[in-house]
Formats: sequence, C-alpha cells, structure tokens
Amino acid sequence: MSIISTGRQGERYLLMGNEAIARGALEAGVSVIAGYPGTPSSEIIETLAAVSRDHNLYVEWSVNEKVAMEVTAAASFAGLRSLCVMKQNGVNVGSDFLLHLALTGTRGGMVLVHCDDPGALSSANEGESRHFARMLELPLLEPGDFQEACDMVKWAFELSEQIHNVVMVRSVTRLSHASGNVVFGELPDGAKKAYFKHGGFILDPLEGPMASLPAPYRHQQQQEKLKTVVAGFEKSPFNTYTGPEAPELLVITSSACNLYCKEAIHLLGVENRVGLLKLGTTWPLPPRLMEKHLRRTDKVLIVEEVIAFLEENVKILAAELAAKVGAKTFFGKREGNIPAFNEMTPDLAVAALAEILDIDYQPVTQAYAERSKELGSSGAPGRDLTFCAGCPHRASFWTLHNVLQMDGRDGFVCGDIGCYSMAVLPTGFNTLKTLHSMGSGVGLANGFGQLGRFGMDQPVLAAVGDSTFFHAVLPGLINAVHHQSDITVVVLDNSGTAMTGFQPHPGLPVDAGGNEAPAIDIARVCEAMGAVTRIGDPFDIDNTRRTLLELLEIKGLKVFVLKQMCALSPEKKAKKMYAVTVDENMCLGQSCGCNQLCTRVFKCPGLNWDKEKRVSKIDDVICAGCGVCASICPSGAIQRKEVA
Amino acid sequence: MTNTSLPHDPYNVIITGVGGQGNVMASRVVGQMMSRRGLRVTIGETFGASQRGGSVMSHLRISKESYWSPQIPKGKCHLVLSLEPTEALRVLMNYGNPSVSVICNTRPIHAIGVISGDQQYPALDDIKRWVAELSEACWFLDATAKAMELGNPILGNIMMIGAAAGIGALPIDREGFAAVISTTLSADKRDVNLQAYDLGVGMVQ
Repeated sequence: MSIISTGRQGERYLLMGNEAIARGALEAGVSVIAGYPGTPSSEIIETLAAVSRDHNLYVEWSVNEKVAMEVTAAASFAGLRSLCVMKQNGVNVGSDFLLHLALTGTRGGMVLVHCDDPGALSSANEGESRHFARMLELPLLEPGDFQEACDMVKWAFELSEQIHNVVMVRSVTRLSHASGNVVFGELPDGAKKAYFKHGGFILDPLEGPMASLPAPYRHQQQQEKLKTVVAGFEKSPFNTYTGPEAPELLVITSSACNLYCKEAIHLLGVENRVGLLKLGTTWPLPPRLMEKHLRRTDKVLIVEEVIAFLEENVKILAAELAAKVGAKTFFGKREGNIPAFNEMTPDLAVAALAEILDIDYQPVTQAYAERSKELGSSGAPGRDLTFCAGCPHRASFWTLHNVLQMDGRDGFVCGDIGCYSMAVLPTGFNTLKTLHSMGSGVGLANGFGQLGRFGMDQPVLAAVGDSTFFHAVLPGLINAVHHQSDITVVVLDNSGTAMTGFQPHPGLPVDAGGNEAPAIDIARVCEAMGAVTRIGDPFDIDNTRRTLLELLEIKGLKVFVLKQMCALSPEKKAKKMYAVTVDENMCLGQSCGCNQLCTRVFKCPGLNWDKEKRVSKIDDVICAGCGVCASICPSGAIQRKEVA
Repeated sequence: MTNTSLPHDPYNVIITGVGGQGNVMASRVVGQMMSRRGLRVTIGETFGASQRGGSVMSHLRISKESYWSPQIPKGKCHLVLSLEPTEALRVLMNYGNPSVSVICNTRPIHAIGVISGDQQYPALDDIKRWVAELSEACWFLDATAKAMELGNPILGNIMMIGAAAGIGALPIDREGFAAVISTTLSADKRDVNLQAYDLGVGMVQ
C-alpha cells in the first residue's frame, strides 16, 4: 500500500513532487481524476490509481487530454472535486474545451495540474502552459517546493469552489520528478453523492444548464471571479519574502527557480544584500503585495524558466504602480541576465546575481576546472540516445529503412510522439523525416499523399505508436480514407504507453486502476474504415519486409500493425526469448562484406565489437534476447537458441 | 560518525550511471534512509531518457535543517557513486572538486558510438588514474560481476550503497537499509539485496 494512503497526519515523508501533488488532492477529498500520460506528469495519476479502491476514487487514463478535461469537468458539474493532469502539450490539446469551460465555470472544485518541461528533458518542445492562465483568465498557482506541491493543490480545490472556476497549478520537471520532505495533513472522510442540477434558470451558475452562452455575459462574470482571486492572493501564505527590509536587489521568482535562487544567495553569501520574493500565486499578480515589495529597492531581478511570463506581468504592475513605487531598473530575460530558453540551474542564478552585484565567483580553481573538463570530455565518450536492447522499434525501423532503400523512389516516413520519435536519430537509422505533435505524422502524411497530382512520386509513410493511435491519429486516418490519400501507416504496437512507463490505453484489456476493460482492436478499427490492413511481427524481419513492399504497391490508405511488446514492459523485462551467441569462427568482422553490419549499423547496445579477436560479441548483461541480430547477420555467425 | 552527523551541510551526493542500472532506485533508497533519520532530503533525478542508453544522474542534498535545490551547483559534489566508469569522469567534469570522494563500479557499458566504432572507450587503468587525479579519495569495485554471481547485474546499485556505508561517507547502516527495503521491496527480494549491501561494505574494507 502506498505511503500516500498509509502516511500519518503530522508526520514527515520523503515524496516525489508528483506524489506530493497526489497527496494534496487526496487531502482535498478528490473523487475523479483523469489525464493522459506525459513526462513529467504521469506519476500523479499512477499514484492516485494505486489507492483508488481504498479511497473510492474514479481514476482514468483518458484517450487524450481534451477528453480528460471533459471527464473531470462532468464530475465537477455533478458537485464532486476533480483533478485533471497533463504535461504542457496536453493543455494545448484540451484548450478548446477549457476556453469554454472557463466561461461556464465549475461547481465541485476542479483543479488542472499541468507539468511543464523546461529544457525539454523528456519532450519534443519546451513550450509552456502558464500563458493559458492569462489567455483563459484562470488563476494560476506555482508550488516553490515539495510541501507547497501538496498544500497548494489542496488549497486550489477550495479556491476553485470559492470562485466556481478551474484553478491551474503548474509544476515543472525539477519539482515533479524530484523528491523532498512533506508533512502530511488530514485526510477527509465521508461519502460524496454526485448529482447534476440542470433545472434552474439558464444564467444560474449553480443550478442552471452549463453552457457558455451568452458569452459576453459569462465573460464578464468570469472576470468578476478574478477580482475575488486577487483579493485572496493578496494575503496568500504561498507568497513569501526572505531578506533585509531594504535590500540592494529584489529577486522575484516562482516554481523550481525559488530553490535555485535560495541556493545562489547562499553560495554567494549575499543574504544581507538580496531579498527573495517567492510568488506562489503568479496570475493574476496581487497588486498591493507587489507594491509593498517593489517599494523595497530600485533594482529588481526576475528569475523564471523559459519565456518571460512573470517578468512581463511584474513589469505591467510596476508601470501601473510607478507613481507609488518609483522607477525600477529591471534585470531578467530582456536584459539577458537570465536565458529565455532551456531550463534554469542554480549556476545560472549564481551567474546572474554575481554579475549584477559585481561579485567574482568561481566554484573551483581555474586549474581544476580546466583539467576536469579535459579529462571528462576526452575520457567519457558521449551517449547518444538509443533504443533499448531488444526494442521492437529498432527492428521495425531497420525494415522500414531497408524497404525504402530497396524501393528506390526516395520514400519517407512521417514521425510521431513516443519512444519511436528517436528514429530521427541514427538509432532508428534516421528513418523519420518529420516530427511534430501527437498525431501530426499521419496528418502530414495525409497532405503529402495528395501531392501526386503535382508530380510527387515518393512513397509516403507514417509511423505511430499504439497509444498515439487512439490519442490523435483516428481523425487523420478517417480524413485519409475519405480523401483517398495515398499513404502507408505503420502502427508500432508495443502494448502500452511505453515512453512514460506503460500506462494502459484503450487498446489494452485493463484500465488505470488495474480493472478489466474492453480492448479496442486497432487493426479492426482500420479495416472498418476501409483501409487495407495487415498485421505483422517486427522481429520477423523477412515477412515484415515482404508485407511492406507489397503495401507500397497498393493505392490508397494502407495500415500495417506491427505488434511486439516493449522490451521494458513488466511482462517481458528480464525474460529472454533467445540465448544469443556469436560463433567466433563464423564471424568475419571487418573482412565480411558487411564490415561489422551488426555493430556498425544495427548498433544494438547488446552487441559489442571485440577489438582483440576482431569479432562481434554479445554483452550478456545488456542483451534482452530478442534474437533479431541473428536475422540480420549475413554470415550466420550470430546464433540464437530459444530459452525454455 | 554519530547518527545524523554530516561532514558538510548540505551534503551533496551524485549517483550516476547509464539508464537501466537502477540509479533512481538507489537514490530513493539512500534518500529514504536519510529521511528516516530525520534529515531533510532533496533528490533531483534525470530520467525519461534514462532507460534509453543515456547518462543518468540523481542529485541528493542532505541537510539537518533545510531543503535545497534538486540540482547540485557546479563543483559542489562531496560524494560520487558511479555505476559506470566513464560516467564518474563525466560527473567530475561538472560537479567535481579536489576534496570529492568517488566510489566507482568498473564494469563498462559501451555507448552506441563506441559499439559502432565512431568513438573509443578508454582503458580502465586510464580512467582509474584520471578519477584519482580529480578526487581526494576513490574506490573501484567490480560490483556488476559480483552482482551477477548473486543472479542479477542490477544489484550492483545496492553494492554501491553498501560501499558508501563501508567508507563511512554517509550516516547509513545495515539496519536502516533493511528497514527501507522492508517497505519498498517484496519479501522474496530482501535477502539478496541485503547480501548485495554486505558485499558492497566488504569491497571497500
């Protein structure tokens, strides 16, 4: 049983940021939780799913983020507290609904936790979601440490019920995927009854129908709610100031940057010169509170990640308050003290402070810095991202790449979001030629597939994962059938949402809580649409190649479902299908016509080149026993034997 | 060393390796052991790419009084536990300083650039010499080989924790380790993990 559930009130526990968020929701008495997996947000739902039976929660991995928002909004309309969870891109997906929801408002507390990924540590972009708060006119909270991650989520539900609207809580990778100590609060008890009141007057926000019309009226109501929000933010304990009464420099920050600024002030020993204003309520900013702190000094540094969101909002208030607080010299992104791309670090905060305060800071001597850099860069070869040993994607892209070479018409594959995105890199033989958002591979292929009439004769393919297929690919496929786009869609079905940790999706017979669920068969869906559909096993290199070559000759929409479970899936991990060995007498290595095809091109991490013996060898610690390398070895030196 | 005394506050530990070596699990076990003693712990992890052959690091900040950034500032690491030899060098390049201690597993994991022949993996003796040059004290152990004798190479991560206890770098002990794994691991796995911990202690003494 999870500590989230068994931990005692008043005790301190070490929790991952995402677990702290989950605990906060539990302490708030949440009933319905929905989201779509995405790093760094996924553990919030996983943590709550694991305790769903003990706390009578409904937890779902929705098909996509828009549906997740709709599912959680329905719970709110029926008077329950609900939590919606996603990574930054998900807010884009759900934003159409959210724009309307912001107008109709909510009933039971509804909190949207959105986790940004500055530095794109596990993303294809570092676009951020704070701007939605301003655009949709919803309150925004940003926890600045782990305790706040728990407490702020809990308070967000109260705020949501106070204003009858969605409250946004933004986390980032360095909070969600970091761990810290959290003291637990009380868990509520008592059953809740869901009931949707809809019989009241159309403009009655609590008993009437939930509709965004008439929009200007609702919009004005929504803006009235923000006034209540601001009044609460003025006295929020989540906004804290540490430092002298009248510092030389005021640092304004939020989120994980709070921890970096604290570290930087400590490292430079400038506690007496610098004041730190940590804001937890970042939109709309409370003007009285800002006035109080802006009066402290005339030099202000704003520290935040990626785009200047906080900086711009502070500057607007400073301009409005100029008569009261005086003119300020601002430091931050526009002045170039803080970069507007990539994630922040304590060292970047140190550098900004040291420059502004004219302090010479060197973490180690010049000599050590140079020598360690020399040894580190020459002695530690870089590690390019690679598909795991035994990954079905390596086998799939091996065949896709080779088939396109054989076909000879310069065909290409449009990519999508998942582990297989890495096929833009050498580990997937650079097979993917486009990579954008979820579902965009098939969408782009739709367009390319219409360009035959303009003389384009290159075969057009798209590769999508099984979870992505349900999330955003279906409309693109329907579009392709209806408009007779000439494309081949390869579904890389590895039985789970692998990149984010094997969350179930609608193609699997199980739901987020581990309950049995009806599975939707991808191939049958495609057949029903009228696509020419084939199913294959990517580890069967010969048959996969034959089928692909056949499909490239057919006009219209073709779907090839390549089914093979992810090598890291709990069912498969540490279980080898084959014992793989190299017959050293048969391996010709560099003398072979292949010139080390297995290690030079196929490059599975389970293979190694023995420099002394000049033959390939298997690294038993890493080899997952898929046996695919035995299929690609031209001299038959790599051999596999089924493991009983 | 008394129960919670720390040589520095915050005391900064980096556990590094290649995705799939059990780095995140090791950092959480050490973090839980510290937290149980009433110390404040912050752990920063890099994962996502972690099981995809990339370099991974966990940053642990241990303090009596306060919480710190989940990223250790450059040059401020006190102890490196490296599950892979070249990863120790990579960490020292950014976070090392002349008074850092290093415990390093000697089993290499070749990056695909090395497998393909585009890059060279250095000789182990060279790596040892370089790590020694960049640190105050270092220990090298073939944890993976010993772990395979126990039946699973991943147990190398637990041996590194044992080794850290063995050199007295952290206020951790066998009892604390046993208590943490009694809540995080299924019963059938606890004995072999305790064996791995003991072997780790033995390898540095």
